[in-house]
Amino acid sequence: MPRNKITKSLVLTSMLALVLSGCGGGNGNNTAANNTAAPADTAASTEAPAPKVTLKMMHLWPAGSSAQQNKLVGQIIGDYQKEHPNVTIKQEVLENEQYKNKLKVLSASNELPDVGITWAAGFMEPYVMGGLFAPLDDILGGEQLKDKFVPGTTEAYAVDGKTYALPIELNISPIYYNKDIFAKYNLQVPTTYDEFKQVVKTLSDNGVAPIALGNKDRWTGSLWYMYLADRIAGSDTLKKATNGTGSFDDLGLIQAAAEVQTLVDMNAFNKGFNGLSNDEGKSEFMNEKAAMYLMGTWELPNFTTNPDIPQEFKDKVGFFKFPTVEGGKGNINSWVGGPGVGLFVAESSEVKEEAKAFVEYFVAKWGQDSVTTAGVIPATKVDTSNSELPQLYVDLLNELNNASSITLFADVQMKPNAAQVHLDMIQALFGTAVTPEQFAAKHKEAVDKGN
Amino acid sequence: MEKVMSNKLVIALYVLPSLLLIMGIIYIPIVLTGYYGLNQWDGISKMVFIGLDNYKELVQDSAFWHSALHSLLLALFSGVSLIGYLGIAMVLSGKIKGANLLRKIYLVPMLLSSVAIAQLWLKIYHPTNGVLNSLLVSLGVDNPPSWLAEPSIVLIALFIPIIWQYAGFYILIYYAALKNIPESLMEAARIDGASPWQIATRIKLPLISEVIKVTVVLSVVGSLKYFDLIYVMTDGGPNGASEVMASYMYHKAFRSFDFGYGSAIGFFLLLICLVATFLIRKATASKETIQYS
Repeated sequence: MPRNKITKSLVLTSMLALVLSGCGGGNGNNTAANNTAAPADTAASTEAPAPKVTLKMMHLWPAGSSAQQNKLVGQIIGDYQKEHPNVTIKQEVLENEQYKNKLKVLSASNELPDVGITWAAGFMEPYVMGGLFAPLDDILGGEQLKDKFVPGTTEAYAVDGKTYALPIELNISPIYYNKDIFAKYNLQVPTTYDEFKQVVKTLSDNGVAPIALGNKDRWTGSLWYMYLADRIAGSDTLKKATNGTGSFDDLGLIQAAAEVQTLVDMNAFNKGFNGLSNDEGKSEFMNEKAAMYLMGTWELPNFTTNPDIPQEFKDKVGFFKFPTVEGGKGNINSWVGGPGVGLFVAESSEVKEEAKAFVEYFVAKWGQDSVTTAGVIPATKVDTSNSELPQLYVDLLNELNNASSITLFADVQMKPNAAQVHLDMIQALFGTAVTPEQFAAKHKEAVDKGN
Repeated sequence: MEKVMSNKLVIALYVLPSLLLIMGIIYIPIVLTGYYGLNQWDGISKMVFIGLDNYKELVQDSAFWHSALHSLLLALFSGVSLIGYLGIAMVLSGKIKGANLLRKIYLVPMLLSSVAIAQLWLKIYHPTNGVLNSLLVSLGVDNPPSWLAEPSIVLIALFIPIIWQYAGFYILIYYAALKNIPESLMEAARIDGASPWQIATRIKLPLISEVIKVTVVLSVVGSLKYFDLIYVMTDGGPNGASEVMASYMYHKAFRSFDFGYGSAIGFFLLLICLVATFLIRKATASKETIQYS
C-alpha cells in the first residue's frame, strides 16, 4: 500500500533527522553513515554459499483450540528443517477470525507471509485477481503430489485454469450428538425433519438446550440455513443461488429461511446464541449442556484424538446426517462442506521457490500424518488399510465416499461483499429481525451487485 | 545558547523531526484517506477514480446512519457520565477516609487492555454461566435476558463496560484539577460561612471549568470514534444493533473488501469529530477567564 510506504519512509527520514541534529553537522553525519554502512557490506560479501532461508508461515491452529493440528504443523516443520538445515520456518498462529482479518490487512500492504492459509473460491478470488498468490500448478503436477488429491478438491482453488492454493482438508458437516443425553430422554437418531423437530421439542421441554450454536461468528448459523435449503430446495438450487446463476427468490430457499425461524421459535438453540462466538457455543456441547452440534469434520480431533479431552466424553459423541425434509428435493447423502483451507505461496515472496518446495512437502506429509496424528480428513487420498483409526473417523470417511454432492460453504463461495451480506442476514434471520422474504431480497440484491 | 537558538537553521533542525513525524503519521494519511474515499478500491487491485460516488452512497446508507446514531448515543452517555466522575472526584479530593485506596480502585480498569476488559465482561454477560445472569436467577428472575444477543439491550450492555473502563481516567483528571485549587480560597469561603455545596458549585466548578471543557471534548470525540471493546464483544452484532461508525468502517474496508467506501466513512468520521469539537468549543466559550488569585 503506497500510504504505508510513504509513512515508513517519512518515519525513517525523521529518525535520520534526529541523528543529524544529534551529530550537529554535515561532517558528523557522513562519518556516521559510513560507519553503519561498512559492516553491512562486509556481512553481505562473506555470506555462506548455501544461503540461509527464512520462511514465514501463518496459520490458524492455535495450541489451545486446535491442539492436534498445531502439533502436526510443528512436527512437519521440525522434520523439514532437519532435512533442510539451511531453512528456518517461522510460524505465526492466529485464531480463525483474527487470521482472516490479518490476512486482509497484510494483503492490503502487500506483506503477505511466504506461506499462508486461504479458503477456496470467492474468498480467494480477490487475492488471485490482485496478483498476490503464486500459481502452484508446477508442484501440483510434481512427483510428490501428482494424482494424490481427491478429485474435485483442487478445482475449488483454481481461477482461470491455474491453481493458486493446495487444499489440505476435506470437510463435510455432520450433526454431532451426545449419545448419553439422547439415551436419557429415549431419543432415536432422527432421519426425517419431523423426527428431528420432535427430538428438539423433547429436549427443549426437558430444559436441555437441543443445539449448541455460537452465531456471533455467523458462518455457524449459515450451516443450518444451507442444510435446510439443500434439503428443501435441492443442492442445485442452492449452488446456483450462491454462485449467482440462480436466485435466492426460489420458494424452497425462502421456506428454508422460514424453517430456521421455526427452529428458533422452538428454542432449538442454546440461549443467547447470537451473542456467543463459535468457541463459546461449542463449549455448551463439550460441557454436555447441549445435545447436538452441527460443525465441519475439522472438529473431529476433539472427539477422537485430542488427549486433552476426556475419553469419557469422546465415547459419548456420535453423529448423524442432516435429516431429509418431507417433500423436499434434497438427498440425505448430500453434504454441506468442501475442501477446507489450503496453502498458498505469496507472489511477492523473496524465497518463492523455497516456499513452494516447503508447501509441496507440507501437503504430502499432512496427507500421510493428519489422519493418525490429528484426526483431520486431508484433501489427499487416505490409505485406511494400515492404521488403527477411531471409529467415528472411519464412519465419516465412509460417508464422505458415499456423498452424492458436497455444497461449498456459502460464505466461502460467494464474493466478499455478498458473503458479508449473507452473514449479516443469517444473524438477522436467527434473531428474527427479518422475514424470510426480506432475507431473500437482500441476498438477491447483494449477489446482483456482483462484488 | 541564545545565539544558537536564533539561528533559523537550528530552529528548523529542531522542529523538523517532530514535524515530519506528525506529517507522516497523521496529516498525510488523512489526506490519503480522503483521496482513497474518491476511489473504488478493494485494497488489492488497481484503484478506479469515481469522484464523490462513495460519499453519495454513504449519505443514503441507512446502515451507516444507524451506526452513527449508536456512536452519538455513546457520546451522549459518556457525556452524562462525566457528571458522575466529577462528583466522585469532588468527594475523593475532600478529606474522607480511604480516599487514597478508593482512588487506586477507580484507576484499575484503566490499567487493563480493552481486550482483557472485553473478555472479562463477556464472562459477566454470558447468557447461562455469566455472573450477572446467575445472580439474577438466584434472585428469582426466571428468564434473564441474553445481554449481548438482544438488539434492544445490547447497546446499553456495551456502554456500561466502556463507562467503567474510562472512569479512572476522567476521575484522575478532575482530581488533579481540584487538588490544584489553593486551599486558601476554600478556607476564606468557609470563614464567610459558605456551605460545602456552595464551595463546590461556586468555587471549585468555575475554577476547573477549562478542564471540564477539555474532558467533554475528549469524551465526545473518543466516543464517536470508539471501536475496540465493541469489536471484541459483539462485532457490531446482533444484526448491526451495536454497530458504531468505526466498526462499520472496519467491516466495509476489511470484511467486504471495499477500502474506497471504508475510507470515505473514515474521512466522514473525521469531519464529524471536527464539527463536534468546534461546536463544543463554541457552546462553552466563556468571555472571561477565571484565575486563582
